[in-house]
Amino acid sequence: MSQVIKANAADVRFENVSKIYGKDAVAVGNIDLVVEAGTLVTLLGPSGCGKTTTLRMIAGLELPTSGKIFVGGDDVTDLPATQRDIAMVFQSYALFPHMSVQENIAYGLENSGMARDEIVERTASGMHLVGLNGFEKRLPSELSGGQQQRVAVARAIVLEPQVLLFDEPLSNLDAKLRRQVREEIRELQTSLGLTVVYVTHDQEEALAVSDKIVVMEKAKIAQIGSPLDLYERPNSIFVADFIGEANILACEVVGSSESGSSVRVEGYEFEVGNVIPSGKEVRLAVRPRNISLSADANSNALVGTVRKVSYVGSHYEYTVAGTFGEIFAIEDATHPTKTEGSEVSITFKQKGSCLVPI
Amino acid sequence: MITGLSTVLLVIAQGLSIGIRGWTTDWLTALFGPLDERQFGMGYGGLMFTVSGLMIFCHGLASRPRKGADLFVTGAIGLVTAVVTVFVFYPIFIMLMSAFRTEDGGGSLVLFFQRLFESKLWQIDCLIGAGSCGVAINSFLLAVSVGVITTVLGLCFALVIVRTGFRFNKVLRALSVVPIITPPFVIGLAIILLFGLSGTVTTTIAEWLGINPTRWVYGFIGVMIAQTLAFTPIAFLVLIGVVESVSPSLEEASQTLRADRWTSFKTVTLPLIRPGLANAFLLGFIESMADFGNPLVLGGNLDVLSTEIFFAIVGAQYDQSGAAILATILLGFTLLAFYFQRFWLGKKSYVTVTGKGDSGIPTQLPKRVAIPAIFVVTLWTIFTFVVYGMILYGSVVELWGVNNTITFKHYITAFGLDWKDGIVWSGAAWDSFWTTMMISVTAAPFTAALGLLTAYLLTRQKFYGQNAFEFGTMLSFAIPGTVIGVSYILAFNVPPIEITGTGLILVISFIFRNMPVGVRAGIASMTQIDKSLDESSATLGASTWATLRHVIMPLLKSATVAALVYSFVRAMTAISAVIFLVSAEYDMATSYIIGRVENNDYGLAIAYSTTLIIVMLAAILLLQFLVGRTKIGRRHSKLESI
Repeated sequence: MSQVIKANAADVRFENVSKIYGKDAVAVGNIDLVVEAGTLVTLLGPSGCGKTTTLRMIAGLELPTSGKIFVGGDDVTDLPATQRDIAMVFQSYALFPHMSVQENIAYGLENSGMARDEIVERTASGMHLVGLNGFEKRLPSELSGGQQQRVAVARAIVLEPQVLLFDEPLSNLDAKLRRQVREEIRELQTSLGLTVVYVTHDQEEALAVSDKIVVMEKAKIAQIGSPLDLYERPNSIFVADFIGEANILACEVVGSSESGSSVRVEGYEFEVGNVIPSGKEVRLAVRPRNISLSADANSNALVGTVRKVSYVGSHYEYTVAGTFGEIFAIEDATHPTKTEGSEVSITFKQKGSCLVPI
Repeated sequence: MITGLSTVLLVIAQGLSIGIRGWTTDWLTALFGPLDERQFGMGYGGLMFTVSGLMIFCHGLASRPRKGADLFVTGAIGLVTAVVTVFVFYPIFIMLMSAFRTEDGGGSLVLFFQRLFESKLWQIDCLIGAGSCGVAINSFLLAVSVGVITTVLGLCFALVIVRTGFRFNKVLRALSVVPIITPPFVIGLAIILLFGLSGTVTTTIAEWLGINPTRWVYGFIGVMIAQTLAFTPIAFLVLIGVVESVSPSLEEASQTLRADRWTSFKTVTLPLIRPGLANAFLLGFIESMADFGNPLVLGGNLDVLSTEIFFAIVGAQYDQSGAAILATILLGFTLLAFYFQRFWLGKKSYVTVTGKGDSGIPTQLPKRVAIPAIFVVTLWTIFTFVVYGMILYGSVVELWGVNNTITFKHYITAFGLDWKDGIVWSGAAWDSFWTTMMISVTAAPFTAALGLLTAYLLTRQKFYGQNAFEFGTMLSFAIPGTVIGVSYILAFNVPPIEITGTGLILVISFIFRNMPVGVRAGIASMTQIDKSLDESSATLGASTWATLRHVIMPLLKSATVAALVYSFVRAMTAISAVIFLVSAEYDMATSYIIGRVENNDYGLAIAYSTTLIIVMLAAILLLQFLVGRTKIGRRHSKLESI
């Protein structure tokens, strides 16, 4: 079947957008944001951080209290959902239970006043695209969760929207399906060149699918960047800990150059790859996988005692305690190299350790 | 187990085989010879004996080596099945039998069909503008119109309250409760006070326009107006639940799919509330079919099934089989409606498929729906206020339309008190008032208990024959009160269960009339309580009964209150079944009032009705206060994903 569905990808721009419920419940506070055309941008954050509200404002399901929203350069701030060229995949999928798969997918096209032939063609093409051939006449209640999700995706993309929105699309799927579906979504996005805004609270999901991640905390944007940026150069303790876990330690900056800083934790001195302007109080963030534990004594290292060893299949997890506090470390090994109660010297690899401002 | 089963079977066999005049069938006479004594009604001893037998049987079933059998559950299933069979299906069966019976006591199929299809019942002359229609056709047309109108009005109410920011929403909600605590025919009375020959509106218009007052309101139109007023709140209560349950995210999805509000409403909201519409229509249809008070008060020359049945029984003719035939037709109509409802809804799943919910914002109603709906609702509300104003005013007027002086004499006649060595209840209405109170109060806890127990079995347990069990208990909801009344006097006038003329028959009829409401309230709230609560209780070593007692019941407080209040109120206001079952000793308020109306003693009737309304209102508030509201801390998931 020839490819009928194209993308009309457009960019999205938020200027000083706020959403306030009632008198002073700030759901989104004064954010600026650009989603470039043809990219997949994730809004990531814990529950209640404002990510879903942000998404719903792009859809037109909520109108901002102040600020402006542009889609493809046009001001859509006051347009209701119906009149925006945007489609959305809901968390619950929101499939119409009284319509068949085909009717669900054709629904948006019919409302656009398209010719019958084209509706049929596009619907078929959409079903083909998500691999639902043969399910035309089924009702949503007769589909599995994964299939329902595909219907929801097909229903959205056949409209060739300027922007496609996903609200936690994987949260109702089981763990195995999640990986598969998120890859499919990403593949669809890149092959069609869609602009996608994707909401999730799962950092792994965000890292896996995104061109860019917007980390939100308490109605504000904490940091925007590529997955690599956020993982290696978090700009706050919150981001460092939210993305990929981190041990946060008190430290002292003893020197800095263009390419990095020298840091001392207790007696242990080492280099990290980033610089924080002087005068700011900083902490050291160390990824659990970037910690070496050694039974041999080492003069330039931290000293600690192994408190707990757990085997989790692909790797071992250690909890090590010392005067600096507790550290959580991960070691890929088939056998535990340390036992509980043993003394170890701790060193940090340069990659994966960084300074973060408080 | 065998012992139990044979005990029950023997009791039934004994009970049915001996009639008032000895053996009921010839072969038994031949076998045992003629009897000296007649059969008497079974007393408490017989009851105890039968129940013990039943329980031994259930115990036997439960102790068979099979998984999950539990004494409490089997016992409960056995009990509910037994009582529903005895007090719902058995009387209906007897009624159907007597419809075949000829005057000499034999049975005739030919005669049955002859009488069933009599032109007196089925002629449709009124439709072609020549003469009057048959009784069955009248009832059917009336029920269909009332069903449709109440459904539309109920929908307007539900939509306005749930989906618009209409200023008077709170008033509307409160208002919708009032007709439920109103005896159904009272609205008919108010209509007479307004539009009757000497009604306010009639006389005013007659004076202004100089036309002669007519009796136009007596008949189809009048009954229809009265029933519409009385039954719209029922449709509303059904529909508001359904409208509220439509997931907002579906409508939001529809909007992101380029549908404007009107299209969303038409293609998503409306189809999703279709089951509610069907339900509301069915209820309106059945209520109208069964309604006895309004046609009696307002019917004029309009004959409907329920009144005809009454006159066949109490009239000079005392035509039992005639009444049975009419009741069979009535039952047939409602069962047909019940069937069509299921057919229309078909197999489509209307369950909103959803895992973790998104919490969207309910969409505002499109203008072209909102404006007419608000208009209709406002009109209806004003009309209701006028009607209730009339009732209140009518109760303190000397003689309506003739002598409009304010007086409390009706209240004094009805509820006068004297003091002569203690209180003397000298008012005419006290007897029936206390009987009604006593019987309603007795019936309420049984109704609630049976209803909730049934709901528990249906939602929480899996057992063989569950579907049939559910169908059976729900079917009794589709049986009009009039039919219940007729079938009870036919079935319980003779042994083995001889309770006609006692207070017990009233209590029992209320229990089984109102049980389905308890069942539905129970089901609704039990599905809200997660099954894992039962399971965790079971893993903590609690038996099924202990779980029910300590976990489920405390969480069901509000459902219990609803069931108690509702069965109390329904028992106070019921008329259709009651009218057949009252006796001189046990007269009920409603039948007493109807008697006053037939004697044209409107003042007293209205004063009594007003008192009933106030008593019920007080009872509701008191019960609400005593039982208290369930306090369950639940996290509000709504804030999570605003």
